[in-house]
Amino acid sequence: MAVKYKPDQLLQVDYKPPKKSWLDPKIDFGEKKGNWNYGAVPDAVTHLELPNARKWQPSDEDWQLPENWKEIIFEGLRQRLDRFRSLRLFMDVCVRCGACADKCHYFLGSGDPKNMPVMRAELLRSVYRRDFTLAGKLMGKMMGARELTVDVLKEWFYYFFQCTECRRCSVFCPYGIDTAEITMIGRELLALVGLNIDWILTPASNCFRTGNHLGIQPHGVVDSLEFAADELEDITGIKVDLPINRKGAEVLFIAPSADYFASPHYYTLLGYMALFHEIGLDYTWSTFASEGGNFGLFHSHEMMKRLNAKMYMEAERLKVKWILGGECGHMWRVIHQYMGTMNSPADFLEVPKSPVTGTVFEHAKSTKMVHICEFTADLIKNDKIKLDPSRNDHWKVTFHDSCNPARAMGLIEEPRYVINAVSNHFHEMPENTIKEQTFCCGSGAGLGTDENFEMRMRGGLPRANAVKFVNERHGVDHLLCICAIDKATLPPLLEFWVPGVEVAGIHEMVGNALIMKGEKERETDLRGEPLANLPIPETDEAAPDEKPVEEADHV
Amino acid sequence: MSTWSSLIAIVLLITIAIVGVQVAGLQMVFGVVIPYIAIALFLIGVVYRVIRWAMSPVPFRIPTTSGQARSLPWIKNNSLESPHNGFTTFLRMLLEVLLFRSLFRNTKTDLKEGRLLYGSNKWLWLGGIVFHYSFLVIFLRHFKYFAEPTPAFVTALQSVDGFFQIGLPILYITDMLFLAAVSFLFIRRVWSPQLRYLSLASDYFPLFLLLAIGCTGVLMRYFTKVDIVAVKELGTGLLSFHPVVPEVGVMFYIHLFLVSSLIAYFPFSKLMHMAGIFLSPTRNLANNNRTKRHVNPWDYPVHVHTYAEYEDEFRPVMKAAGLPLDKEE
Repeated sequence: MAVKYKPDQLLQVDYKPPKKSWLDPKIDFGEKKGNWNYGAVPDAVTHLELPNARKWQPSDEDWQLPENWKEIIFEGLRQRLDRFRSLRLFMDVCVRCGACADKCHYFLGSGDPKNMPVMRAELLRSVYRRDFTLAGKLMGKMMGARELTVDVLKEWFYYFFQCTECRRCSVFCPYGIDTAEITMIGRELLALVGLNIDWILTPASNCFRTGNHLGIQPHGVVDSLEFAADELEDITGIKVDLPINRKGAEVLFIAPSADYFASPHYYTLLGYMALFHEIGLDYTWSTFASEGGNFGLFHSHEMMKRLNAKMYMEAERLKVKWILGGECGHMWRVIHQYMGTMNSPADFLEVPKSPVTGTVFEHAKSTKMVHICEFTADLIKNDKIKLDPSRNDHWKVTFHDSCNPARAMGLIEEPRYVINAVSNHFHEMPENTIKEQTFCCGSGAGLGTDENFEMRMRGGLPRANAVKFVNERHGVDHLLCICAIDKATLPPLLEFWVPGVEVAGIHEMVGNALIMKGEKERETDLRGEPLANLPIPETDEAAPDEKPVEEADHV
Repeated sequence: MSTWSSLIAIVLLITIAIVGVQVAGLQMVFGVVIPYIAIALFLIGVVYRVIRWAMSPVPFRIPTTSGQARSLPWIKNNSLESPHNGFTTFLRMLLEVLLFRSLFRNTKTDLKEGRLLYGSNKWLWLGGIVFHYSFLVIFLRHFKYFAEPTPAFVTALQSVDGFFQIGLPILYITDMLFLAAVSFLFIRRVWSPQLRYLSLASDYFPLFLLLAIGCTGVLMRYFTKVDIVAVKELGTGLLSFHPVVPEVGVMFYIHLFLVSSLIAYFPFSKLMHMAGIFLSPTRNLANNNRTKRHVNPWDYPVHVHTYAEYEDEFRPVMKAAGLPLDKEE
């Protein structure tokens, strides 16, 4: 990936806001290359039956908007003000105290004042004030009201696709104003006039057709899973069952599709497979519901619902009892906060009950879907699996709370409980950067593209900076996470800011540590790298521990 | 620019009051008519705004979880930051409304020598809480002008507020705290380049208005003095809808007109956060999404891609891959 800047240069963040009033919207897309995303290709727009399919790029002068675009936006905004109390309230109650400002990773990494969450909302508020409030109508600019122009629309596009809907600001806001709501609805409005980005819409279109974002067709899913099973056999000596689209299984397992072959996601997949085999779980994969993630969330509420519908449809068709979900961040925001409302009641399912421990997951009794970390934590707590954490001794790890599990679910202790059971070397990052205060990878919400690489590196700075801290202090060399977008975007981020630290999923470590009945002596971890507890020559004994610290000095 | 225009607006308001009372002799208007109009505007405005908010439904349950959710029984749930039922949600809201819980979390981030440093930063919280509570006490103390005899709680408040017994008339601590806090809130707005950048006239105006109200009040109590009996006559008259206009100094009318302006301005402004906080869906909902279904009143059917359509498209490859099919063809 081409990077215009070196880390040292990107670290020189200029926080001084420009002199001119923020009401002036002009954005120079040519100059800002590296900070925005390509427009959606017409195929994806058409396939999803969305308006204004055409070839366009944000750097074009003419965005080929429909003639009545303004009317469409106003009508769309009016409708959403009537439908979402969050929007109406958040338009009205902000006092611009600025508590949110330095909570946003994009602001911290870019210094651009319009990346302060308050300003991101003001971009929409200014239009709302002028056309939807009395004070704004009467007082105009004095009240921060402005007219909706093409330039304002372009500014919306620029900044609503510079927000990863991570909700960190909403933790600190005294009124709980959630910029994710503003961004989500802002993006919906943009989509109404055909302003979509390709990185969101093409995956969404793939997902609609093939069941997953990557567009893997059913036989492709089968191939990947079979390949993974073979590889697992090479490492463990155990041939695992591979149930796919099997009717009558007890559990339907849904993981993000990147797990099928992206790296390092793939090793987490091996971990799931090993675990399910070991506990004898009666489960099935599905090629139709072959995606846990939901890029619809990054497009519109309607698209989210359209893509999410598959999970229950497939669970009903396969006649399973409940659904288990893999490691994925935004997937779990959708499942936890939206699926029950959008696509249930799922009366054909039963309240999830672990067939191994007998634990009834009461907290999931309505949605009937359980997070893999909850499931595994319960297995470990009840002593149902044998683990050898020393098999992970070649890794010193820290844990990155993914935004959505932390701030939209409250899934904070389960992953830590599992990590502590499978690792002897777990070090937390500073408290302002984890748990509910965790920092985004900088590439979530559909922004993990090559073309906005600069903004990703900027937005990921706070996360990488905290990783660097534990890397230097404790020699941490692996960053754990439970999110497919993290696994895709943290490696380049760390390569840029903290070279030498790699990324892994929790269930990869579980797979490493899991002692399987009848397994052969493990010589490597799931990546095929030698285990640390193997006898090593005398002279090198101290080396594995010391090495990362030395490396850190070069950073 | 917005600072100056707000300041000019305040000066204008003060001038209007002086001219109205001293030149035009409109005591009746400034003492009775305008306060009544202001209060009517306030009541109608606030009710209208709240109803407007409430008319928009809450389609999804979207609490911001700031702590461990209730999940497995042996995992400790942080019930105040991630409440799972109505009662714990109520407690979370109580902390938010009474103690500004979220603002208390505030941090300050600095980028120094390539390292991001996070420090605790409670100043805004402190300024906010001091302002709101001293304002509340001052507001309650003013009940003495509306009721004869002075209610007992007001007397009690006064004695606590004047605990240090400095000066005569005794100095109220809240008067000082109020002025200090509002000044602080103003100074930080112009001090920080970011805040200056984002602040609007509608941010400065209420601060100046509050400051002017505070100053005129302090002037009257400690310096120019005012005929308290007369003020009380006016107050009780207003409250009992038998308004009288006794002889009081112009300072009092300035004070009253500024207060009337604040009350009338309230429903049209960001000050509505006072009511809004109670309705915030990221705070006032329990994090029990997977336990209890939340219903969206405007939910509508959407176009989905069914399994049958999927199988129709991929049947040959599915068959070749050995996948079970619903429909053999």
